[in-house]
Amino acid sequence: MPPNKTIVNFKDAVADIPDGASIMIGGFGGAGGQPTRLMLALRDLGVSDLTIIGNVAGISATTHYGWREGPRDPKPVDQGMFFASGQARKIICSFPVPGTTNPLSEIEKAWREGKAEVEIVPQGTLIEQIRAAGAGIPAFYTPTGVGTPVAKGKENREFEGRAYLLEHALPGDYAFVRAQKADTHGNLQYVGTSRAFGPAMAKAAKITIVEVDEIVEPGGIDAERVGTLGAYVDRIVQREPGDPYP
Amino acid sequence: MTADPAPRLSRTDIARRTALDLPDGGIVNLGIGIPALCSDLLPEGVELRYHAENGILGFTEMDTKFDGDPNIMDAGGNFPKLVPGMAFFDSVESFDLIRGGYIDVTVLGGLQISGEGDLANWMIPKRGIGSIGGAMDLAANAKRVIVAMEHTTRDNKPKIVNQCSFPLTASNCVDEIVTDIAVIKITAEGLFLMEAASGWSPEDVQAITEPELIISEGFGPIRTG
Repeated sequence: MPPNKTIVNFKDAVADIPDGASIMIGGFGGAGGQPTRLMLALRDLGVSDLTIIGNVAGISATTHYGWREGPRDPKPVDQGMFFASGQARKIICSFPVPGTTNPLSEIEKAWREGKAEVEIVPQGTLIEQIRAAGAGIPAFYTPTGVGTPVAKGKENREFEGRAYLLEHALPGDYAFVRAQKADTHGNLQYVGTSRAFGPAMAKAAKITIVEVDEIVEPGGIDAERVGTLGAYVDRIVQREPGDPYP
Repeated sequence: MTADPAPRLSRTDIARRTALDLPDGGIVNLGIGIPALCSDLLPEGVELRYHAENGILGFTEMDTKFDGDPNIMDAGGNFPKLVPGMAFFDSVESFDLIRGGYIDVTVLGGLQISGEGDLANWMIPKRGIGSIGGAMDLAANAKRVIVAMEHTTRDNKPKIVNQCSFPLTASNCVDEIVTDIAVIKITAEGLFLMEAASGWSPEDVQAITEPELIISEGFGPIRTG
């Protein structure tokens, strides 16, 4: 019988994450698809020396990016929290800073103070690196980034007269994924644009932890609507009803 | 540097002119800033299917009351309205669509463009940190790349230059530039000046453009509709 992957609370779901772990954070960068409760639990766990792997990272708190402006929603939180707390030593992402520097985002602040390394990757390359890691493919060629600073130190190769860069798979120790619904086997159902990096990260990490609005019995998700297979999912945690975070 | 011979276009009017070149029915990805303004300024009867990197295709307009569903977002962090024919997907699919060559036109912002059509738009070297997002994938792989931007920097230095000094987004990728004083097409033969703002002569435009401009056969004033 497949195991029930339910963990009762967010604190227990992240309790084994050690110092130095790499953490993939799903979603795109706004409120939708962000595993906010798992992120807050990791912050409260207090581990350090983390590598964060995200996409648009750490710009919502200062710009409100991807968050509704209105009295009913809480103040935006984002991946900058791990830099404000001094827990992260590195971020790998496509969009670490907003256009404005006033006020300065937590990631840029940590970078300027020499406390954190920032690796900026084209978004399509980043998602393909993560996809490859989950699909058992060690490396691939992409046309994106040829002739730019991203190409530095990478193999350049021509296929059919066009230049490509060799890029490597990017696995993670843990993935935090946000979905709408999970069944107890870990099959996931997503809503709208909340998918983004989640499904690929679920495959690319050794341990995948999923935050959902609702956990249902097997059969509670239509087999035609399964967005991520339970095979990729290790732990599922249900939010409290009425959680103010989107 | 001499004074402008006539007013320059507003950011909205740059977007309005750019919107004239978006193909009816096409799959279009609009970058942040001036490009994003195009969606409200399409000519009568033109309908596009917008794509955004975060995994949405087929949206047409935003929920402007800032009251949208956080799970129905575009890549600019705005909330599109639900319309029939829309589709949601993950980032793997979204960038298959881009790298696979299924984006008909992308409109991007620009910091510098070279005479060869190299684009720099993701980092100001002085800041030392910038954001690439989907720009490198879009610039390198969309069927057509239009850059909508101001013609010069705030201190009136050319942004269309012989060689980009800023880090590149992609090389040899820009097909067309729409600025506040000119419309320029880039081909293998060079930069063709197609249109100039009212009161601006080709010489006026050339004076604040580094690479040599070829005056197009049909050269005329910037169209607005």
